[in-house]
Amino acid sequence: MKLLRTLWLCATLLILANGLRVALFVVPADAAQGDLSRIFYYHLPAWIGTSVFFALNLAASISYLVLRNRKPAWALHADAVAVAAAELGVVFCTVGLVTGSLWGRAAWGIWWTWDERLTSTLILWLIYIAYLLLRSFAEGASMRTLAAVMAIFGYLDVPLVYMSTRWWRTQHPGPVFFGGPGTGMDASMLPALRWNITGWLMWGLFVAALRYQSMRRAQRSHDQRTEALLAPRAPRHVATVLEGDRA
Amino acid sequence: MQIGKDLRLEWRSKDAINAMLFLALLVVVLFSLAFDPTRAEARQIAGGVLCVAILFAATSALNQAWSRELRGGVLDAQRMSPSPPSALLLGKVVANFLVVSSVELVLAPLFTIFYNLDPKGNAWLLLAVLPLGTWALVGNGVFFAALSMRARSRELLLPLLLFPIFIPALLAMTSAAGAVFTGESDPVLWIRLLAGYDVIFTTAAVLLFGLVLNSEG
Repeated sequence: MKLLRTLWLCATLLILANGLRVALFVVPADAAQGDLSRIFYYHLPAWIGTSVFFALNLAASISYLVLRNRKPAWALHADAVAVAAAELGVVFCTVGLVTGSLWGRAAWGIWWTWDERLTSTLILWLIYIAYLLLRSFAEGASMRTLAAVMAIFGYLDVPLVYMSTRWWRTQHPGPVFFGGPGTGMDASMLPALRWNITGWLMWGLFVAALRYQSMRRAQRSHDQRTEALLAPRAPRHVATVLEGDRA
Repeated sequence: MQIGKDLRLEWRSKDAINAMLFLALLVVVLFSLAFDPTRAEARQIAGGVLCVAILFAATSALNQAWSRELRGGVLDAQRMSPSPPSALLLGKVVANFLVVSSVELVLAPLFTIFYNLDPKGNAWLLLAVLPLGTWALVGNGVFFAALSMRARSRELLLPLLLFPIFIPALLAMTSAAGAVFTGESDPVLWIRLLAGYDVIFTTAAVLLFGLVLNSEG
């Protein structure tokens, strides 16, 4: 397991290093924007990471709710995945907002504008921060259920947020891919995108796996402490457990 | 039963109504002092000020929505009763909706006077905008108040959960109200969005409330 993790990390770092090389030195600069367009090779992977991890959070939350009474042990796995996915989603979302803001400063002359996509992304970010806050405000099994419900509510809000801000106003450049005729990227630029998407998703999975393991460890130690408190020889045991807590 | 009980308690104590009315009035006054709007500007921002004032006032009251049930273990008794959890939720939402709406009825004329409003669009459309927006606010607010009931410092948590989820409804509500006041655009699109928001989130709340209510077991 440890060997696999080290190999994975090495491969991720190599791919990211190569992604940086290709993005900065190999692919040509954009005809209209020049070197400024190169930040897109980091901007798009961040959005792909955001959508992958928020979707994973929703799937894990629903699994938790389905499994919590039937297979409690499996449900705990799902809950650990949900936390790791939400945190990574927020990290990718932050990177996307920051890279977009840097680009906006250079291209539009402003750091931020209340445009459709910027606004809806910021609201998405706020919703998941609220989700993480809820997790930190409560604990135990009831918190896990409540957090899973909140995750479903948050995801339901996404299309509504997008529609409302779209009717409200729009300034963000049209989509680069799948936006109809005239969109898409020159084939010579695609390698930079491919390397960076692969590298950053691998990085995200690596960190999410670490976070998942730490969550599992926290769940187990919580279970052990509860069991110790309920054990028949409670008096002495409770004293040591509490002692351990204090230390 | 739930509706009658909540309304009777509110009618006898008038705690929530008085607090909400005064807080909403304070927000309206604070905004007019802070921005000092002219007549034309007032039309533009009035919708937003009204909605935000209602939002703040309703949040402070919604924090108390379940506190009576927590005291004396009433909620546990309700959990054991054979009626479905959604009936409990809907009763609570309707009772709070009526209370918040009555605050709006008192506030609206005062608001019109303070901001010198004479709407240029169809003023009667506000009769659709306000109830739909209030339902969006109260429906989600009661649900999230139940959700944060078991957390530490729950008064702090409710706005943190409610506001991000409420943003599309707030945007629709202020845009619709602004469109009615200025008469420059058509508010129907926003009213439809509000109605859609209400349908989606009321359905989700009804379906998921059982989980929230029984989250301990």
